[in-house]
Amino acid sequence: MHEMSLTEGILRVLEQQAAAQGFTRVVKVRLEIGELSAVDPESLRFCFEAIRDETVADGAELEIIPLPGRAFCVDCGKEVPLPHRFAVCPDCGGGKLQLSGGDEMRIKDLEVE
Amino acid sequence: MCGVCGCGSETIGEAHGHDHGHSHHGHSHSHPHDHDHDHDHDHDHDHGHDHDHDHGHPHDHDHDHHHEHAARGDIHYGQGPAGSHVPGLSQARMVKIEQDILGYNNGYAAENRAMFEENGILALNLVSSPGSGKTTLLCRTIADLKDRHSIAVIEGDQQTSNDADRIRATGAKALQVNTGKGCHLDAHMVGHATEKLEPAEDSLLFIENVGNLVCPAAFDLGEAAKVVILSVTEGEDKPVKYPDMFAAAEVMILNKIDLLPYLSFDVEQCVAYARRVNPGIGVLKVSATSGEGLEDWYRWIGDRRQSLLAGRVARLESKLAALRARMDRA
Ligand SMILES: Nc1nc2c(ncn2[C@@H]2O[C@H](COP(=O)(O)OP(=O)(O)OP(=O)(O)O)[C@@H](O)[C@H]2O)c(=O)[nH]1
Ligand SMILES: [Mg+2]
Ligand SMILES: [Zn+2]
Ligand SMILES: [Zn+2]
Repeated sequence: MHEMSLTEGILRVLEQQAAAQGFTRVVKVRLEIGELSAVDPESLRFCFEAIRDETVADGAELEIIPLPGRAFCVDCGKEVPLPHRFAVCPDCGGGKLQLSGGDEMRIKDLEVE
Repeated sequence: MCGVCGCGSETIGEAHGHDHGHSHHGHSHSHPHDHDHDHDHDHDHDHGHDHDHDHGHPHDHDHDHHHEHAARGDIHYGQGPAGSHVPGLSQARMVKIEQDILGYNNGYAAENRAMFEENGILALNLVSSPGSGKTTLLCRTIADLKDRHSIAVIEGDQQTSNDADRIRATGAKALQVNTGKGCHLDAHMVGHATEKLEPAEDSLLFIENVGNLVCPAAFDLGEAAKVVILSVTEGEDKPVKYPDMFAAAEVMILNKIDLLPYLSFDVEQCVAYARRVNPGIGVLKVSATSGEGLEDWYRWIGDRRQSLLAGRVARLESKLAALRARMDRA
């Protein structure tokens, strides 16, 4: 989905941070992307490489750290792994699951100079 | 809205003989905003502008303004370039960020939401795949409710002002936002559109998102609720094929039920799929053309509006009480 506007969002944060923290070049960007977040990492990488140049992230490397899907099962009263949004609880087979992780789309940190 | 306004990726039709010059740009908010805009408005808006909001860097990019679509102040977005590159030398270091990529959108959304709540505006974000019947449902809803409520509509489509024209034909205020290549509305667009549209206090504001079952799910517009519309011709498995949208919505409207006799659509299975991705989702079965089931939709809107207004009354009463207390002391 809309990886291009997400990438623009990332560059916007980098520009803001460059001004706020006084760096002029980003060498590496580390993202945490949940496996249920509907972001396709490859497409994000493609977009990033397409528009990073002539920004503060000119030539920067993009590292994407995947985060697994997790949910709280109301019936079991505990957290369980969730491979898909519509999966059922692996322990009780129930469907009363509340997403508790895996939808993240975060910029974790930067290597800058 | 404009306190953190980037506006780098925005083009707004200027050929409108209207209030352009970015007066809509927040710096002369005509609707009753209550958040603080404490930036200076020294934009000269011939687009060499120096926004001095917390965006930091001088914008030196070209805004490629579109001059088409003169109708009714509708807004058209193109693709904006990112920022500028300032070369420099120093040694490498790590900077912790821990920021949501959608943080910029969420900031605008929070401002929109505060503004909507402050003014008692019930904002509903209508999402669906193309052609589920959003505009048809809105036209019918306006016709049925316009004596009871003041109603305004923001129409999001990639191109054309067809939908806003259809809404205006009902007599309601509507503003078309063309997203260009964008596959969803974002909170920034909605903030600006709301400024131009000036919905009345205690009114209903419908936001018809771009027809797309994927992307609009991720973009909070500041709405009170997302309403997902699924027409029965689309197949009962859509909630599990596009789970994000159904997970984000508070209610699912199953539209075009007048066609059920001609289809093999399994309503119960569809509802079960929707509840699998979102156990709490409400379900309303309607036909926007025959009117069947619409009373349930209007009741849902009425309930949502009641709780919004109750919140507003409580806030105003506590303000009033504080004021009275001060007056007694004086
Ligand atoms: N039979 C039947 N047709 C409907 C119903 N609601 C909408 N339609 C038809 O479905 C088609 C699409 O309706 P629109 O209201 O334009 O759908 P939309 O979701 O606004 O479409 P986009 O904005 O292009 O995504 C039109 O031909 C409508 O007449 C319904 O309840 N029953
Ligand atoms: Mg429409
Ligand atoms: Zn998209
Ligand atoms: Zn369980």
